[in-house]
Amino acid sequence: MDPITLSRWQFGLTTVYHFLFVPLTLGLSWFVAFFQTRYYQTKDETFRKMAKFWGKLFLINFAIGVVTGIVQEFQFGMNWSEYSRYVGDIFGAPLAVEALMAFFLESTFLGVWIFGEGKISDKAHLASIWLAAIGSNLSALWILLANGWMQHPVGYVINEANGRAELVNFFALITNPKGWLFFWHTISAGLTTASFLIIGVSAYHLFRKQHVEIYKRSFQIAAIVGLVASTLVFLGGHTNGQYMYDTQPMKFASIEAHWETSQPASFSILTIGDLSGKREVWSIRVPAVLSFLACNNFTCEVRGVNDIQAEYETKYGPGDYIPLMVVTYWTFRFMMTVGFIMIALSAFFLYSTRGNYENAKWMKFVPWVIALPYIANSSGWILTEMGRQPWIVQGLLKVEDAVSPNLTTVDLLISVIGYTVVYGSLAVSMVYLMKKYAIAGPDAAMHESVDVAPAVVGSQD
Amino acid sequence: MSYEFLQILWFILIAVLWIGFFFLEGFDFGVGMLLPFLGKKDEERRAIINTVGPVWDGNEVWLLTAGGATFAAFPEWYATMFSGFYLALFLLLVGLILRGISFEYRSKDAAPAWRNRFDWMIAIGSFLSALLLGAAFANLARGVPINADKMFTGNLFTLLNPYGLLGGLTTVAIFLLHGANFLGLKLEGELRERVNGFAKKLWIGASVLYVALGVFTYAAGFWARGIVNPGIVPITAVVTLLATGYFINRKMEGWAFIMVALNIVLTQVTFFSMTFPNVMLSTTNPDFSLTIYNASSSQYTLTVMSIVALIFVPIVLVYQGWTYYQFSKRISTDKKSLVY
Ligand code: HDD
Ligand code: HEM
Ligand code: HEM
Repeated sequence: MDPITLSRWQFGLTTVYHFLFVPLTLGLSWFVAFFQTRYYQTKDETFRKMAKFWGKLFLINFAIGVVTGIVQEFQFGMNWSEYSRYVGDIFGAPLAVEALMAFFLESTFLGVWIFGEGKISDKAHLASIWLAAIGSNLSALWILLANGWMQHPVGYVINEANGRAELVNFFALITNPKGWLFFWHTISAGLTTASFLIIGVSAYHLFRKQHVEIYKRSFQIAAIVGLVASTLVFLGGHTNGQYMYDTQPMKFASIEAHWETSQPASFSILTIGDLSGKREVWSIRVPAVLSFLACNNFTCEVRGVNDIQAEYETKYGPGDYIPLMVVTYWTFRFMMTVGFIMIALSAFFLYSTRGNYENAKWMKFVPWVIALPYIANSSGWILTEMGRQPWIVQGLLKVEDAVSPNLTTVDLLISVIGYTVVYGSLAVSMVYLMKKYAIAGPDAAMHESVDVAPAVVGSQD
Repeated sequence: MSYEFLQILWFILIAVLWIGFFFLEGFDFGVGMLLPFLGKKDEERRAIINTVGPVWDGNEVWLLTAGGATFAAFPEWYATMFSGFYLALFLLLVGLILRGISFEYRSKDAAPAWRNRFDWMIAIGSFLSALLLGAAFANLARGVPINADKMFTGNLFTLLNPYGLLGGLTTVAIFLLHGANFLGLKLEGELRERVNGFAKKLWIGASVLYVALGVFTYAAGFWARGIVNPGIVPITAVVTLLATGYFINRKMEGWAFIMVALNIVLTQVTFFSMTFPNVMLSTTNPDFSLTIYNASSSQYTLTVMSIVALIFVPIVLVYQGWTYYQFSKRISTDKKSLVY
């Protein structure tokens, strides 16, 4: 395999992996802050236990988000040096701001929160979890503005003298609608992820009649937040799709396997392509729905892949501008299906809290819903990023021109295998701890102390 | 503000970020490396970890910010250095991952084998990170092969030259000493005595290596290849290190800590002024070197980033300082006080 393919695999794998943990951090931080606030206001022990229990799961998850995030920050220079040279003038700025404004806030105050209970005032301790939550979500904003720029470059000129893109309008960069749409969609996806985790874990305990008070309250709050957030995810996703139609028509056509321009355009329920993933063989379609997705009415014209390909060839020169359609098409369908299922499920959960739901037979299966947002999160990003291919920056720079030219296949094999091994073992210990603490319930989460350990470690004594 | 002024300003800012990182994370790394050797019982190890527990992640962000600021202000420097030092940085990342995860996970299971494994991962991760960072900086001072296209043309073994290795080992030794001094300030009772014994020995090793590195730097002519002569700064750095020994022997932990801290700051100042205005010296041809002029962002970006930095750096300093103040008490191995 050549260094480009390996670099792409490495970036894709490490980023998707990083983003397995990020959404839960984004969402769960607000829940923990909320529970602790309620405890602060009411002095009701149940809320304290809720903050502690969900806080423990939050921390186990958070740790992996942090260590895999560092890799992300370095990879642009390590694997994509030509990209970094070309866009550093613009793209570096939000990354630096993210570190200064968000990472410092989040990691400093999370440390205060973990160790501060009883050592600093209750008010300061409460403030620290809120600041950590704000920091995490701010970090998402800046990285998404950076990514939004790659999807839809704004506020720049190409400097002919040194052949790179240069920033001319910082305001345009930070008000890029693409980035804010990402933010809307991703933050609500994070809240959905956290809600479904809480619903699943609570159902596990309720089904076993353990700590009923704690988990009933958690379940109820999560069902409300879950319903609101998954609806917002849908609305944000739909708006994202429309903006994508304006700014990245090729991506839009490819997630729909929409080959020929048509008016009105039909929405594909199932399309089978040939083995190259680049030709349609057979499909079932609903008339006019795609027109609605693209422009909120049932009659507009939606341009097809073939037309856009022809246009791009005139504009950018000969080449293949069609993303790998099997991937964009199916990831979009996974995400959307899961999105609708989650709206329906959270509505159902919320409705059922009016009755004796903790005794219901179906409660036994509810823990499985935890998997849903993970499928949607990963699908969403794979679609976003693969749909931009062959571009790394839409319309400006191709992935093949962005890779570090000095890297050899051996370099990349070492790092790809190395990351896989390290990330694999991280996942093992993380899943082990998550399960252990989720099942153990609130008592195990109250403290992290030496009391639970035998006194001796290592060889001595 | 003129373009050149901004370029110099950002060079200084990045130097400040690295200095902050080496100063803060330096004692974290040292504490991490000392952990399995200094702590015999579980509560001792927990007490040692708690000395840096609330702050290590915030300290590490200095590294992320230095990286991000380099990307924003000197994209060519970021691109050449990060792609050039590929495998070394990969190992550094592995080191940072190992220790980061272990700080959070080591106490979440009671099995002694579990805890012991994570404690060793903290030590190994800290060692690896310190070694590689030191080696990377030594190579920047020494110069690396860079061609006319600003591209690094060596490989991992290019970096593993004697000077690079000596730089790495010296960094490890200084961080160990820095960590021991920090622990001397933060621990009490028997552990405090034990760490003082460690510090005495570490001081000898660190001083020998440090002086050797200095001599090598002069002898090989890596000295003052830019327009600034570091002058008495490195000499002061040696003096602070020697003074450390005096304070350690008199158990004046605060002063010992300050001396090594000064040594780290002065060493970094020396490093950054040795090659200025070059940021990466080319051994292939000095004309191919990256400088603050040919590696920087546009004037507009530098202006915007200056405003951002001017607002946020002071804020960060205030709240990080506040956390150190909040957690300034000594930590005992008494089980009750270790509960959190
Ligand atoms: C700030 C920028 C940025 C952000 C926030 C993300 N990505 Fe991305 N992504 C890139 C910047 C980028 C990139 C540097 O532009 C890559 C590298 C190669 C490429 O084609 O684009 C890329 C590629 C890339 C690929 C491989 C595409 C291919 O092989 O063709 C995948 C699967 C993802 N990304 C997934 C994600 C996920 C799951 C993210 C959620 C965190 C994510 N990306 C956020
Ligand atoms: C390739 C792009 C990305 C880079 C370079 C990156 C960088 C980083 C870094 C360096 C950290 C560790 C910070 C620390 O030490 O505290 C981190 C963690 C984090 N990142 Fe990312 N990140 C990327 C993608 C994303 C995306 C898309 C989001 C959100 C939508 C996000 C949100 C977060 C959050 C919330 C954290 C906090 C810790 C956690 O993940 O649990 N990141 N990221
Ligand atoms: C319910 C219907 C949904 C629709 C119509 C929808 C739509 C979209 C679209 C069009 C994109 C691509 C945006 C672009 O690249 O321009 C996207 C990306 C994404 N989706 Fe969804 N989505 C839906 C559900 C979900 C759900 C349920 C989740 C997770 C909880 C989710 C998470 C994501 C993520 C993380 C991304 C990448 C970030 C982004 O593009 O904003 N989506 N979605």
